[in-house]
Amino acid sequence: MEFRIDRRSGIAAYQQIVQQTRQALRLGVLLPGDRLPTAKEVAETCAVNPNTTLKAYRELEREGLVEPRPGLGTFVLRSLARPQAAADGPLRGELDAWVTRAREAGLEREDVAALVASVLEERFTGTTVAAAQGEALDMRGQG
Amino acid sequence: MNGNGAGYGDPGEPGEPGDGTAIAAYGIGKKYRRGWALRDCSFRLPAGRICGLVGPNGAGKTTLLGIAGNLLEPTTGTLRVFGEAPESEGANRRTAFLAQEKPLFRRFTVEETLRLGRELNPGWDQRAAEDIVRAGNVPMAARIGTLSGGQRTRVAFALAFGKRPDLLILDEPMSDLDPLVRHEMMGTLLAEATEHGTTVLMSTHMLSELENVCDYLVVIAEGGLRLAGEVDDLLESHALLTGAHVDGQLPANLAHHTVVETRTSGRQFTALVRPGPDGLDGGAWQAETPNLEELLLGYLRSPQAAPLLTPSARIDDVQAVAA
Repeated sequence: MEFRIDRRSGIAAYQQIVQQTRQALRLGVLLPGDRLPTAKEVAETCAVNPNTTLKAYRELEREGLVEPRPGLGTFVLRSLARPQAAADGPLRGELDAWVTRAREAGLEREDVAALVASVLEERFTGTTVAAAQGEALDMRGQG
Repeated sequence: MNGNGAGYGDPGEPGEPGDGTAIAAYGIGKKYRRGWALRDCSFRLPAGRICGLVGPNGAGKTTLLGIAGNLLEPTTGTLRVFGEAPESEGANRRTAFLAQEKPLFRRFTVEETLRLGRELNPGWDQRAAEDIVRAGNVPMAARIGTLSGGQRTRVAFALAFGKRPDLLILDEPMSDLDPLVRHEMMGTLLAEATEHGTTVLMSTHMLSELENVCDYLVVIAEGGLRLAGEVDDLLESHALLTGAHVDGQLPANLAHHTVVETRTSGRQFTALVRPGPDGLDGGAWQAETPNLEELLLGYLRSPQAAPLLTPSARIDDVQAVAA
């Protein structure tokens, strides 16, 4: 796996590494037992300070996603991939059918996005407080 | 203190670089015929850091690097490299200096240049030097004079890294390189420094060379020290406030904080401050952590603002007396 650091995104580099690792865990690009690139490898390919990479890995470690093994590297402990969300899963099929109906009903892309966002807001309020707080802390940390 | 082999890039190594001191400056100053280029600079650079030296043209960057690299003698004060005088054999062996113009013998081939490095340096690492040259597909038999700017910089890097220095001093190393080669050389620099725990001190004008690359910062302007310390700590000890001013009057409680710079635009004011002990609550403003550019520009535009050194960059009096 190779990280892509966008220097103009306004998102701190260590946050980008955390997000891209989580994304790779969700998509199954990274699986339990895989080794993350070393700080030296990331430094070489992305020209990023090794401490930035190590900071990202410490955060992933706190989340229980990876584990450093002294002398060997940092390894993936668990995946974030969910079979229910796979491309051929029934949930995706239902969503696809719903989006098709919304489009036929004359909704624009942004209308659909707004509708989905508002339902997400309603359904996930209780469970996202902790995550939102975590993000707020991240924001403070990243400067 | 000697980072060889115990670099923080070793897989699984904890992230904190060694707690030794690479450079300690005790009130150094340098006077040329036209006046003072550097005045009363005291700071500490912990070992294992990748430190950016920033300041406007003529701020004294090259002078400071020259003193650390034993090319210049300070008029006042002293500087120590790993606890030794820059002119000592110990400091010389552990330091590599890459000057802005990257002096190499134009008639020498790449191979001969590396041989020169081998003959002159007892701890020479031929493989490391060759690897850096080969990674850029620079032919070993080519004469230096026939190489492109990027290739020459690569050979100069190879010469500096082949010495296996514990402290690498670079004076605007990337200024003549195209973006692709710059990215590549920065990657090489960081990877080498990671592997060997090398302390890097490099002057630069370019924000892109600082952001994500340097974890330590020394800012000088008009020959004086303005900021020194960990990049993250420096950013977090400042706040950028935005709000509306009333007839040019800034909020009175702004005085509770150390104000670095204020600017107004229309009804809006922005202020770069170091928050006072009571925090930022209660002001009619929105507070954000500044980014590196905002912090640097704020300090460079406001020469009257008090300098800030984080604890790890401070030289305490006891050490100064001992020196």
